[in-house]
Amino acid sequence: MSSTNTESGNPSCHEGTETGQHHHHHVHGGSAVSQELMIEGAGCASCVGKIESALKAIPGVENAEMNFAQRTVSVLGSAPAEQLIKAVEGAGYNAKISLADNEDDALAEKEKADWAYYKRLMREMTIALSLGVPLMIYSIVVGEMTVTSTGERIAWLAVGLLTLGVMVFSGKHFYVGAWQSFKNHSANMDTLIALGTGTAWVYSMVVVFVPHLVPEMARHVYFEATAMIIGLIDLGLALELKARGRTSEAIKRLIGLQAKTARVIRDDKELDIAIEQVLLNDVVRVRPGEKIPVDGEVVEGHTAIDESMLTGEPMPVEKATGNTVAAGTINKSGSILFKATRVGKDTALAQIINMVKRAQNSKPPIGRLADVISAYFVPVVMIIAVVSALTWLNFGPEPAVAFAIVSATTVLIIACPCALGLATPMSVMVGVGKAAEAGVLIRNGEALQTASKITAMILDKTGTITLGAPKVTDVLVAGEYDEQAVLRLAATLESGSEHPLAMAIVESAQERGIETGKVSNFNAIAGHGVQAEVDGKTLLFGNEKLMRERTIELGDFVEMAQALAAEAKTPMYFAVDNKLAAIIAVADPIKEDSIAAIKRLQHNGIRVVMLTGDNRATAKAVAKKAGIKEFFAEVLPEEKSKKVQELQMEGEVVGMTGDGINDAPALAIANVGFAIGTGTDVAIESADITLMRGSLHGLADAIAVSKATLRNIKQNLFGAFIYNVAGVPFAAGVLYPFFGLLLSPVIAGAAMAFSSLTVVTNANRLRFFKAQEH
Amino acid sequence: MMIINIAGLALIALIVWWFWLYKPKEAELGENDLVITVENGTYSPSRIKVPAGAPFEIKFMRKDQSPCSETLLIPELQISDTLPLNKLKTIQLPAMSSGEYAFHCQMQMYRGQITVK
Repeated sequence: MSSTNTESGNPSCHEGTETGQHHHHHVHGGSAVSQELMIEGAGCASCVGKIESALKAIPGVENAEMNFAQRTVSVLGSAPAEQLIKAVEGAGYNAKISLADNEDDALAEKEKADWAYYKRLMREMTIALSLGVPLMIYSIVVGEMTVTSTGERIAWLAVGLLTLGVMVFSGKHFYVGAWQSFKNHSANMDTLIALGTGTAWVYSMVVVFVPHLVPEMARHVYFEATAMIIGLIDLGLALELKARGRTSEAIKRLIGLQAKTARVIRDDKELDIAIEQVLLNDVVRVRPGEKIPVDGEVVEGHTAIDESMLTGEPMPVEKATGNTVAAGTINKSGSILFKATRVGKDTALAQIINMVKRAQNSKPPIGRLADVISAYFVPVVMIIAVVSALTWLNFGPEPAVAFAIVSATTVLIIACPCALGLATPMSVMVGVGKAAEAGVLIRNGEALQTASKITAMILDKTGTITLGAPKVTDVLVAGEYDEQAVLRLAATLESGSEHPLAMAIVESAQERGIETGKVSNFNAIAGHGVQAEVDGKTLLFGNEKLMRERTIELGDFVEMAQALAAEAKTPMYFAVDNKLAAIIAVADPIKEDSIAAIKRLQHNGIRVVMLTGDNRATAKAVAKKAGIKEFFAEVLPEEKSKKVQELQMEGEVVGMTGDGINDAPALAIANVGFAIGTGTDVAIESADITLMRGSLHGLADAIAVSKATLRNIKQNLFGAFIYNVAGVPFAAGVLYPFFGLLLSPVIAGAAMAFSSLTVVTNANRLRFFKAQEH
Repeated sequence: MMIINIAGLALIALIVWWFWLYKPKEAELGENDLVITVENGTYSPSRIKVPAGAPFEIKFMRKDQSPCSETLLIPELQISDTLPLNKLKTIQLPAMSSGEYAFHCQMQMYRGQITVK
C-alpha cells in the first residue's frame, strides 16, 4: 500500500505526527515531522523534480516526495510550513497546507453544490411548467386535443417542437441518465421518466406527422403531459433536495462544534494557528467562553467546561490539572493551558462525527426487502407497461391505441422506486442524528433496529447503576489489629491494583495519611480476591468463598458481614497469615438518576436485571434501592456473557449495559451492547451503542429513539409500498372496466413527484422527537 | 394485431434479457488506479474485477449532482461512505475472498459490482 494518506483525496497533515510525538519538545529543534502540501500549477511530471529539490534545499527538511497524481507533496523535516510554501512559490508554483479532511469546508462545498443544483432544478421546472400549464388549461377548456385539419397539424407541430425544447432544456438529465444506465444494462428512475415522457411525445408527433397511421378517434396529442411531468418531477426533486438538507442537521451541528483556530504556545510564544496544524503535545491556551480546539489534558489552571454538546449532560464539568478536555466543548469560567493528546481525526469529536456519518449511511435489516424490490423494480414496471398497452390494444374500447399509450405512459410515470428506496435511509439519517444529539452513539442500522425490540436489559452494577467510585465505609478489626495497621497492610496489598474496590482502600489510607509499604508475590484470584506478601506476612483479601477455601476461621464476622451487605455495602475479608484480621466494607453509591431511569425502562415493559460480582446480600440491597427485582450476584467476569445467553435462551431480546472494558464479551454477545461512557471516551469497539453520558437515562433515550425511528421507517415503507401497489394497477387501468376511471399521466407525474417528497418529509418529523426524562 | 402482440412479447423478452440475463464485461483492475465515475445515474465502469486476497483501492469521481449519488454502500464489506462532488474519493477495500460484491447508492438506483477472483 502506498504510504501517503490518500483517503478522500484530502491527504492529512497529521500523518507524521506519530513520529513526532515522542520527541515533541525538540520538534522545533529538528526532529522529524511530516507535513503535506497541496501543489497548484504543476502541469507536468518534470515539475516534480523542481518542487522536490526546492523543498529539500530548506535547512531542516530531510526529505520531500511529491505525489504527482494527487498534486501533493509530503515533506519530512522540521521547517515551518510558511517556509515550505515560500520555497515552492520560489520554484514557480503555488502551495497550500493540505488540510485534514476538513469537514467544515466539505460541508460548505456540499451546500454550495446542492444550492446550485436546486436553482437549476427550479429553473428547469419553471420553463417546463410555463409550457405545460397553459397547454393543460387549454386541454381542460377545449377538451381533447385532437388533430384534424392541416392548420391544427401545423399549430401542434409548433407545440411539439416547443415541447422538444422543454425536454432538452428541462429534462435532459432524465434522458441522458436513462441512456447511460441502459448502456450499462441497468434501469433507474430516469429510465421510467424518459420512457414515459418520450412515449407520449413520440406518439403525439406521429399523430401530427402521419395521422393516417392512427385511427381517427385516437388522433390526440399529449404534449402537455410531457411538459407537465418533466416540470413536476423537477419540482419534486428540488423540494426533496431541500428536505434532505434538513435530515443532516444533526451532523451539521456536530461539525459546527469544531473550533477553527487554536492558540498554541511554541517557543514561549503564543500563536493562533489553524486547528489542522495543532500537533500532539502542543500546549494550548483556552480562555473563558472559547471552544476547546483539540482533545487534551489540563496542565495549568482550572475551569468549568460545558460538555453538553457531546454528552447531553447539562451540568458543566469542573476541570483541573490532570483532567481531560474534549474538542468542541466550551470553556465556561477559567483560563486553562492543556497539552494536546488527540488531534485531527483522532479527537473524540472527529470520531463521533465519523461514527454518526457511518451509522447514518448504514441500513437496518428492515430495509432489505425494499432493496430487493428496488433491484427488480424498474424492469418489472416496464414489463407491466407493455402488458398494459397490449391488454388495451387487444381488449380495450376505441380508441384502443390512445388508451394503450395513455396507460403505458401513466404506468411508467407513476411508479416510484425512489419512495421505496428513500423510506429507510432517510429515517435512519434523522434518527441516528437525533440520538447523537442526546449523547447516544448508535453504531449502525442493525443496532438501531435491534434496540427497538429489546425486551430485557441487563445492567452491570458497578459504574453503571452506581457511580463506580466506591468508598471505604467500615473497618471492623479482629484480634490484636487496629484500623491503622489493617488499612496500611490492605492499602499496600492493593496499591498495584486498578480494581475500583482496591482503589477505594488505597484512597482511604491516603486520606488518613497512612504510608504504604512494599508488596511482593502479588497474585489476583479472579472473582475472589487477591493474595500477596507484605512485611513477610501472607495477606489474603477477598470474599467469603475465598476465606472458606483457605479454611480461615470467620466466627461471628459472617453475621457482621451480612449486616453490612444488607446496607448495600460490600464487605471483604482480610486475613493475615491465614488468620482473619478484619472486615473492610466498601460502598459504591447509586447514581442520582439511576432509579428514575430504571423506572423509565420498566415502564416501557423492559425486564431489568442487575448483574454483579458482589455477594448476594449486597446485590440484593443495591437492587432493592435501585428498584430492580431480578439480579445475578457473585458472577465472575467470565460468566457475564453466560448470563446474557441464559436470558436469550428464555426468548428475550437482551440489551447488556456495562463500561465496555470489563464487559466486552458480554456486550458482544448481547443482542445490543450498550457501553456507558465516561464523558467523552467514544472508542468503545465492543458496543453497539455508546452512551456518552454516565446516566442511565441515555439507555431509555436510546431505546425510545430507536423505537420512534423504526416506527417512522415502517410508515415510510408502508406508504411507499401501498403507493406503488395501488398506483401502478390504477394507472394501468384496472378500474376502467368497473368505474370508467383512467388516471391522467399528469396526475401520475404529480403523484410520483410528491411521493418521495412525502417520505423525506415524514422522516424529517423525527427531528421533533423528544425523549422524555423522568 | 397478431404482429403487435408478438412485438410486445418480444419487447418483454428483450427487457428481461437486457436488464437481468445479460452480464456485461467487467473492467479489469490492473493497477491501483481505477477511477469509477459517477455520472448520469450510473457508475462507469459499473462492473470491475479485482484479484482475490489482496487489499485494493478504488477511486470514485462523482460528477452527478443528484443527492442520490452521494452515498456509496458496499454492504458485504460494511462500507458506507459519502462521495464528494467533483473530487476523487478513495475507498479502501480489504483483502476479499472470491465472489461478487455489489456496490450501490442508498436506493440501489446506481448499481455496480466488484467481482473478486
